[in-house]
Amino acid sequence: MPDSDGNALRIATEARDRVHFEEDALALADQVYRVARHLTGSREEAEDLVQETYARAFRSWRSFTPGTNLRAWLLRIATNLNIDRGRRKQRTPDTQPLEEGDYFLYNKLEEADGGAAEEERVVERLSQDDIVSALSAVPHDFRDVIVLVDIGDFSYQDAANILDIPIGTVMSRLHRGRRILKRELAETATGATE
Amino acid sequence: MTETPCEHCERMMQPYMDRVLSAQELAEAEAHLSECNWCAKRYRFEEKLRQYVRIAVEEPMPAELKAKLASLRTPL
Repeated sequence: MPDSDGNALRIATEARDRVHFEEDALALADQVYRVARHLTGSREEAEDLVQETYARAFRSWRSFTPGTNLRAWLLRIATNLNIDRGRRKQRTPDTQPLEEGDYFLYNKLEEADGGAAEEERVVERLSQDDIVSALSAVPHDFRDVIVLVDIGDFSYQDAANILDIPIGTVMSRLHRGRRILKRELAETATGATE
Repeated sequence: MTETPCEHCERMMQPYMDRVLSAQELAEAEAHLSECNWCAKRYRFEEKLRQYVRIAVEEPMPAELKAKLASLRTPL
């Protein structure tokens, strides 16, 4: 009978669409993890966040519009979940500015090296751990933007959509965030304490 | 308090790297950089730093995680 044929077809189509959606989403897992790893402060937190993200994504798959940016959609879920988790490791607000000028890091590293050095050698003073650790110390509002744009390669507009903030705010947090990161790096790499 | 040309150049560095300067601002920055090795070195360092940060934060996804995600799929 026409109705039950119609229903059967709808059910089969929906099942097929859902399977495709899940496969497409899983194919992006490495990229989602890469961003989530630095939205959070640790591997463990990142794993939890990615699992929660995918559980939520699979439950609400119908709200994704096929043909649009699935990676951005997934990261939007991830950033919202991360916000909801309460951001336990927040730095308390400081009276002094978090960042220095853009040349600060170079100046500090050069000083520590005892004078003028090739830029490549100066960069080499920074270890991988220095960078990961400095990034995790950047306050979350700034870190989210750096992670989405500089690590996730999202456009400013995509980052604005993911975080639900104006594009101007993306730019100003990105620039301040990078300066904050560089100040953290200066402290970590030169062993300076404030 | 007015800024020195180098202080101005320092403030332009990020928008310069992000390629969001106006044509005029870009021309001013390039003119300064062609004459000022002090700033030019710092701009070169910034470029290297950006590349290095991207590489430094690379971390493969734990293998078990992929399996856990697959197990979240809706059973058929």
